[in-house]
Amino acid sequence: MSKSLREIIKIVTRQHLVERNGLAMGQCLTAVGWVGGTLPELYEENGMVEVSMADVAGGGFAVGAALAGRRPMYIIRYQGFNWFNAPIIINYACKSKEIWGIPCPMFIRSIAMEGAIGPVAGSSHHSLYYRMPGITIRSPMTPKEYVKCYEDFMTNDEVFYVSEHRGAYPNSEELCDVVCEKPDICLFPISITRFAAMEAVELLQKKGIKAAVYHIESIKPIVLNEHAKPSLKEAGLGLVLDDDYRDGVGKCIALDLSNDTGAKLEAFGLDDRTAGFDKKVDNLPPDKYAIEKKVIEILERKNNES
Amino acid sequence: MALSRDNKIQIFQKASLSRAFEEEVYRRVSNKDIQIPVYLSAGQEFISATLAVFLEQLTTLERQIFIQHRGHSTYLSFGGSLDELIFELLGDSRGCSGGMGGSASIQSKSQNIFGHDGLMGSHGPIAVGMCYGNKKFTLCFAGDAAAEEDYFLAAIGWASTKKLPIWFIIEDNNLSILTKKKVRRNWEMHDVAKAFKMESCSVSDEPCELWPTLEKYSLEKPLLINVKTNRLFWHAGAGIDSDSIPDLYKQWLSDENSFIYEQEKKRVSEAWIKCQKVLEKS
Repeated sequence: MSKSLREIIKIVTRQHLVERNGLAMGQCLTAVGWVGGTLPELYEENGMVEVSMADVAGGGFAVGAALAGRRPMYIIRYQGFNWFNAPIIINYACKSKEIWGIPCPMFIRSIAMEGAIGPVAGSSHHSLYYRMPGITIRSPMTPKEYVKCYEDFMTNDEVFYVSEHRGAYPNSEELCDVVCEKPDICLFPISITRFAAMEAVELLQKKGIKAAVYHIESIKPIVLNEHAKPSLKEAGLGLVLDDDYRDGVGKCIALDLSNDTGAKLEAFGLDDRTAGFDKKVDNLPPDKYAIEKKVIEILERKNNES
Repeated sequence: MALSRDNKIQIFQKASLSRAFEEEVYRRVSNKDIQIPVYLSAGQEFISATLAVFLEQLTTLERQIFIQHRGHSTYLSFGGSLDELIFELLGDSRGCSGGMGGSASIQSKSQNIFGHDGLMGSHGPIAVGMCYGNKKFTLCFAGDAAAEEDYFLAAIGWASTKKLPIWFIIEDNNLSILTKKKVRRNWEMHDVAKAFKMESCSVSDEPCELWPTLEKYSLEKPLLINVKTNRLFWHAGAGIDSDSIPDLYKQWLSDENSFIYEQEKKRVSEAWIKCQKVLEKS
């Protein structure tokens, strides 16, 4: 049986600490759950470093460790905590090579989840980093993608923001693009929405709608299957799906793809409102039904226009 | 080792280089030869001059230094290239930060001096992280205002917890732009450090007081020294807030040592002319 993403992250982390003199830094790493079971049971003497609970400083500690050549994995347990952690990473680590000629490679494991965790801790926040220069943003959801992402980091001297999602940790399958002839629409899902997109394709198929899917693992720079843009051009319609707010990465990618292909694209992510804790007031990423509904809406609008 | 006459001359020489440099920059800003914001360290130069001479005695010491804006004197005292600093202020790619850092974000790769990103005090946690990562002796200079930043305070706390070999040097000129310390806070940095269980003290920038203070402490343990000093010029640019500000450099300058100042002044002036010629040719 193939290994889950959770197990792969644990293996990669162990290798990073034990064989490559790396560090893993973050808050409450060695607590009961070992960050969703993604960390090996190692301690400070092995490079597993508990930093203080001061989020505002933690990012800076990791940046300093990166300057010392320790290639830290900096673990941020909830992506929303980046509002305090990001400033020194974005303003120092991401600019260091450009201003001072000194690379500051670090691997930021930023973890998303949602469902009853309120206005800050929920969802992905990769858009926070996206607008700034000097950052590579990846969002691996499968074991092979994670290993590739880590290897790319180790053969590079860049700052990697790795947008993880707890919902993907049990996954042991690879996610392949859905390429089809004459698609009605192309979907470009990011993070956890990739799983929902695959399910939505089946629902749509039952209604006679052909949806192609081009997964986005490398968000910045964006890397897509070679068929993606010709396919989008052919369909003329696209939908970028994200686990972050709509007014962020999703819209930027939609605009770029629209400019490149002439197709009409929309971004579909979190609603533009604050998440509450209760189910009635939560703000969740689009699931398969929401995606299905949105696609039908887009196609109907197109039909009405023509 | 007690502060010797030779040490005093070395300190004065470094302070003279910094003073001559800042005076030259002052003139060039006034003449609009330099058109970027500059943060002049005149008045504060004895802090870095004393520390540099003190640490130079320890020849085997491998150290790394973090500075922020108003860091020209620290850069020069610890051996940063004069020519590269001039090129930097002129926005040239031969500058110490490739012409991108201006006055505030200078560095010296050869001297292990790390630049600053512009977020006040952000170099505090970075210095602590680097010190944690390689365990090398680290000097972190910060102004009394930058040190108020919450992440700087958290950095002091973590350095103490991890017992890192890092010295925080607070250049306390009592001003944040023009807002005095007593308006901003009712506490002192050395008291905060003590509360974090770190050794600390407050002294003046007079080398005869600062030097024996440095001798009391281990380089292998975290320390915070709040050094009271005076900023002679404006927060940014060329101007004078008040002509009643005490000037330690003038107190040290005498008929016997004025030749050192003249020497450094000449050296700085020649370096500017040389750099400008290079720029004109290219």
